[in-house]
Amino acid sequence: MPQGSLTIKGLREEIRKDRSAIRSACRLLSERIKTVDSKVRAYAAFDDARFEAEVERLTEEKDPSVTGKPLFGVPISLKDNLCVRGWETTCASRILKGYVPPYDATVIQKLRANGAIIFGKCNMDEFAFGSSTESSCYGPTANPWDLSRVPGGSSGGSAACVAADEAIAALGSDTGGSIRQPASLCGVVGVKPTYGRVSRYGLIAFGSSLDQIGPLAKTVEDAAILTNVISGHDPKDSTSANAAVPDFTRACVPDVKGLRVGLPKEYFVAGLDREVETAVRNAAEKLASMGAVVTDISLPHTEYAVAVYYIVAVAEASSNLGRFDGVQYGYRHPANQLLDMYFETRDHGFGSEAKRRILLGTFVLSAGYYDAYYLKGQKVRTLIKRDFDHAFKQVDVILTPVSPTPAFKIGERTQDPLAMYLSDIFTIPMNLAGIPAISVPCGFSKGNLPIGVQFAAKHFDEETMFRAAYAFEQGTDFHKRKPEL
Amino acid sequence: MSAEYESVIGLEVHVQLKTKSKLFCGCPAEFGAEPNSNTCPVCLGLPGSLPVLNEQAFLYGIQIALALNCRVAGRLKFDRKNYFYPDLPKAYQISQYDQPLSSGGHLLVEMKEGQKKIGITRAHMEEDAGKLLHEGRAGSVVDYNRAGVPLMEIVSEPDIRTPDEAYAYLTALKAVLQYVGVSDCDMEKGSLRCDANVSIRPKGETRLGTKVEIKNLNSFSAVKRALQYEIARQIDAAEKGETIFQETRLWNDERALTLTMRSKEEAHDYRYFPEPDLVPFTVSSDWVEDLREDLPELPAARKERFVKDYGLSEYDASVLIQDKDLGNFFEECVTAGAPPKRASNLIQSELLGMLYERGETFHAMKTTAAGIAGLIRLVENGTISGRSAKDVLADMLETAKPAEDIVREKGLTQVSDETVIAEAAKKVIAANPKPVEDYKNGKEKSFAFLVGQVMRETKGKANPALANKVLKELLG
Amino acid sequence: MKMDIDRIAALARIKLKAEEKEKLAADLGNILSYVEKLSSLDTENVPPTSHVLAIENVFRKDVQTPQRIIEEVLAKAPEREGDFFKVPKVVEGS
Repeated sequence: MPQGSLTIKGLREEIRKDRSAIRSACRLLSERIKTVDSKVRAYAAFDDARFEAEVERLTEEKDPSVTGKPLFGVPISLKDNLCVRGWETTCASRILKGYVPPYDATVIQKLRANGAIIFGKCNMDEFAFGSSTESSCYGPTANPWDLSRVPGGSSGGSAACVAADEAIAALGSDTGGSIRQPASLCGVVGVKPTYGRVSRYGLIAFGSSLDQIGPLAKTVEDAAILTNVISGHDPKDSTSANAAVPDFTRACVPDVKGLRVGLPKEYFVAGLDREVETAVRNAAEKLASMGAVVTDISLPHTEYAVAVYYIVAVAEASSNLGRFDGVQYGYRHPANQLLDMYFETRDHGFGSEAKRRILLGTFVLSAGYYDAYYLKGQKVRTLIKRDFDHAFKQVDVILTPVSPTPAFKIGERTQDPLAMYLSDIFTIPMNLAGIPAISVPCGFSKGNLPIGVQFAAKHFDEETMFRAAYAFEQGTDFHKRKPEL
Repeated sequence: MSAEYESVIGLEVHVQLKTKSKLFCGCPAEFGAEPNSNTCPVCLGLPGSLPVLNEQAFLYGIQIALALNCRVAGRLKFDRKNYFYPDLPKAYQISQYDQPLSSGGHLLVEMKEGQKKIGITRAHMEEDAGKLLHEGRAGSVVDYNRAGVPLMEIVSEPDIRTPDEAYAYLTALKAVLQYVGVSDCDMEKGSLRCDANVSIRPKGETRLGTKVEIKNLNSFSAVKRALQYEIARQIDAAEKGETIFQETRLWNDERALTLTMRSKEEAHDYRYFPEPDLVPFTVSSDWVEDLREDLPELPAARKERFVKDYGLSEYDASVLIQDKDLGNFFEECVTAGAPPKRASNLIQSELLGMLYERGETFHAMKTTAAGIAGLIRLVENGTISGRSAKDVLADMLETAKPAEDIVREKGLTQVSDETVIAEAAKKVIAANPKPVEDYKNGKEKSFAFLVGQVMRETKGKANPALANKVLKELLG
Repeated sequence: MKMDIDRIAALARIKLKAEEKEKLAADLGNILSYVEKLSSLDTENVPPTSHVLAIENVFRKDVQTPQRIIEEVLAKAPEREGDFFKVPKVVEGS
């Protein structure tokens, strides 16, 4: 009978020994949710009835080709922007209340094909617009380490439920740091795979050229197991890469001898919290002590990344969110004529951050401004990408902070959008370049708030990223600490 | 048109490609299914769904571009055109903006005055929208079956000067599309649609006047009528010193006028940007050349061949090639043994007219190319006269019987027996003393009259050459 | 850079309450000033990046794969009329 904090790897062992562990693990999580989620509010929707039949079916499963699957019997929670057929999927927005997708996202199909149980839906910033999970129509999620603080965002619910042992692991999405930043703030592991590694089919789009689905987990190895399962070419996603997927768990070896690690000087600048800087520099030293070769590098266009992001991402978002108009699904405000229906539905349906981004995106694409904003942004994006291309000629992995500060107070940045946007200053460049990156716990502040370190690698080189992250994790104990709830 | 003004016309034609599935998803791209039955998450634009381009549609698009003498882009991309309307499920249409599939083509059209070259600015690929049906006061309903059906948009240069040229351009364009074989080109089903841009300017002026866009043109003749109306309206306005506004007007076919349509997007700011959900496409010149080789014979080449191989006049050839199937029918007649010129004459001066009067098309008529060839053979070998041939053809269309049977049953076989003809000629001479007299006094016309009377006496069966000869002999 | 917030809101089909408009206009003004920093970079000969991967020519075969999902969608639609989606009347001028 499983107890306490469960990992994918641990639960798989238990299930191999005794099939009833599937049921007891789900029950354990369900109990935990009933006990703590009124405080954490990590879930947007959770209902035992949803997975009971699945637990039943898997418990009775005899076919060894099924019972041998990597996630056989493992419950996985999902950010509420991943479409599950028959489950209300809202992106934490009023405008999608009542929307029930008639199809499964490709990652859902892959999870199921690998034996996983779709467990619950996690809270998030509305349409993934935010870094604090405060813009949700369900209300804010709290950080399990300090309930007065944010869990980060936008995949804050996914990070918080894993940190609070309300889930074994979860999927999130990352457009500018939305997996890595909450992972860092909640003390869990979060991975943004290479753009194109994981199919976006069924992920409700924010910034289509930046979005990637990825795991939030308690260990690097669990994150590697989940990345294995969800990766791979999908003919339904034109931007999905037709690249071989290696077994990422085999990259999880405690060996970084000779690994070339770069510390970009532009990531250690004013605005970076002293405690965060210390923890991240200690992480670099730790790797050096394990045989890695740490060098200083430069990514000269880093300071422009946030500006590029808030042009490119909002432009794509403004177009992606046009379809929420009350015609086919979700919320419709009663109106006597079409134009009123549009204006009223979108006024009442969207929260203020969504409106802000839709307006900004509409503006940067509008006649007369396209060249100065959108086109300019796409050109500077090229410069940022080139910085990384150049850096990866010198190093194998880039080590940086994830978030400039540990978790901030709920409400602290909601009145200042720009301050909120700068929360993602160290995670955005990887999305703009499309490269893989992982956040791993690397320390705690004096106030006992988790701090994460980021490892980024070149396109489709998740193996090197996992190797560095795993070696570092295994050389430290930060991932073993648990919040008290 | 007023003598002092000329009109400048450009046409935008949307043609549906007859692929099995839609442009970006596997839904059937068929006409006439139950409302919303041919839909899926992609063409409904459901959140999270993504487009993947239909390869066949892309190849059809390139073939159309080549048939219109366009340059096919080596590298192209798709863009989003953003606007709100209930028939547009994603609130953007996937189209092409600054890197279209092709550009810089032309089409040659046949006018009475001769050939004219009309430039084609660009031909690009895009997805169709659904259908919004207005249902009186209560509201409107939407059917997304058409949403996502592949379209090529073909934009002409403003090279067209008259409504007749516009009509000829559309006819020629439709012929090319039919020959390529990638569209039904059926305006009634909406698989071919046309919008027109028209402005006027004083003759001799080189700058363009204010452009008015006309929509709701449901047939080629409606295009012609709408342009005639709109040009007259603009000239009238200009002469009264009124301003012509840049606007979109709807053609009302019943009332035969154009009316201002309110703009559906106040500022027409479509906020085009590259579609991030589709990757760029590159088309190598080898690929283009392979597709060019796969093209079937096009109308212009066929016309040349008809002139060269069959000895037809330019005009006759251009009529026959206008419709691919008509051209095929003509060639089948020739293959079945009919001399080309005779076949062309019979088709153009008799068959098409008769079919028109019967309200039939040659696709559905009761005779075949072999039947027509059989009829021509009877004329050729002197069995029946040209005049009888006309009657036989009419019967063939009515009864579907072979020409030989009709000729036999009705006893129309030509009379070549001189004694029979002489008998008839004697009767005619006796009955018409005045014309006989006139002829003898040198009035040639009277002779033709007398021959006609002989033909009449023999119920059209007399061999005309023999009738001539016999009559001449009798009149000395 | 100042934006005409009314024009943009109309384009985006979002009604803004008066009090909301003021705050949003100020926020957007700040963000646009921040973004202004890009203009200091010379990008004349830099190509734009729309896609980070060099993937090209992704096609699907022209095969019908009908999906019978419409009833699921219509069942949850804000308003339906038979097998159609229903919307309020499109009024002249809209």
